[in-house]
Amino acid sequence: MASPMRIRAAAKDGVTEVRVLMSHVMETGQRKDSAGEVIPAHFITELTAKHNDKLVLSAEFGPSVSTNPYLAFKFKGGEKGDKITVSWVDNKGDSRTDEAQIA
Amino acid sequence: MNHQRRDALKAGSGLGVLGLLATVGLIRPEMAHAAWNEQAFGAKSLDAAFEVLGAGKPAVSGDVVLNTPDIAENGAVVPVGVVSNIPGTEYVAIMIEKNPYMLAASFTIPEGTQAEVQTRVKMGQTSDVYALVKADGKFYMAKKEVKVTLGGCGG
Repeated sequence: MASPMRIRAAAKDGVTEVRVLMSHVMETGQRKDSAGEVIPAHFITELTAKHNDKLVLSAEFGPSVSTNPYLAFKFKGGEKGDKITVSWVDNKGDSRTDEAQIA
Repeated sequence: MNHQRRDALKAGSGLGVLGLLATVGLIRPEMAHAAWNEQAFGAKSLDAAFEVLGAGKPAVSGDVVLNTPDIAENGAVVPVGVVSNIPGTEYVAIMIEKNPYMLAASFTIPEGTQAEVQTRVKMGQTSDVYALVKADGKFYMAKKEVKVTLGGCGG
């Protein structure tokens, strides 16, 4: 099970900025280990972000996204204390959902 | 650093060697997931990716702004930001031309969310980075070269 995401959300002038730092190896499937064996690909494929129950962003990642992916985006609305939920699924079927409150 | 791989890539113009490895089964695309756009993420050229996404030949637009460093010292972590000033932007994709799989990430922007995303990507070598934007059913793009001094896709 992966470590928790770090989610920061801040509302300012009617716009909420969300920043997410995920913890994931994001292995490309291109690298080899010291024995010359290909390290199997293991990366986040899909991500969704919700403000309360409203979808505010959905994303698809490929293996080119960096290890421990970072994502920032902005949406209109959002009040202090509202709930932001971010979920991801990776290509091995692991998933993770974390919540944060708008500050 | 894995010198064998570097040499292999140099010798075989990249894609040829990868194609060969794929046919021998050394690289298995373990990318089976229901909703994930496997075809688009498997695309190995810009034109192929555009075609899968139905973008055809997107027009270069000054309203699509690609924020990247000119020179990335570490190819493993290259910050990329895309801002679209086109009204009705519903989709944003980030592509790196010279990576083995071009498409790095794509974002679906619902109503109310601003067309402004930032993330970090890996780059194997100096390459053009593309931002593809879909607004009102039309595709636009922006392009910028990022020089990489240390590749981020090798061993």
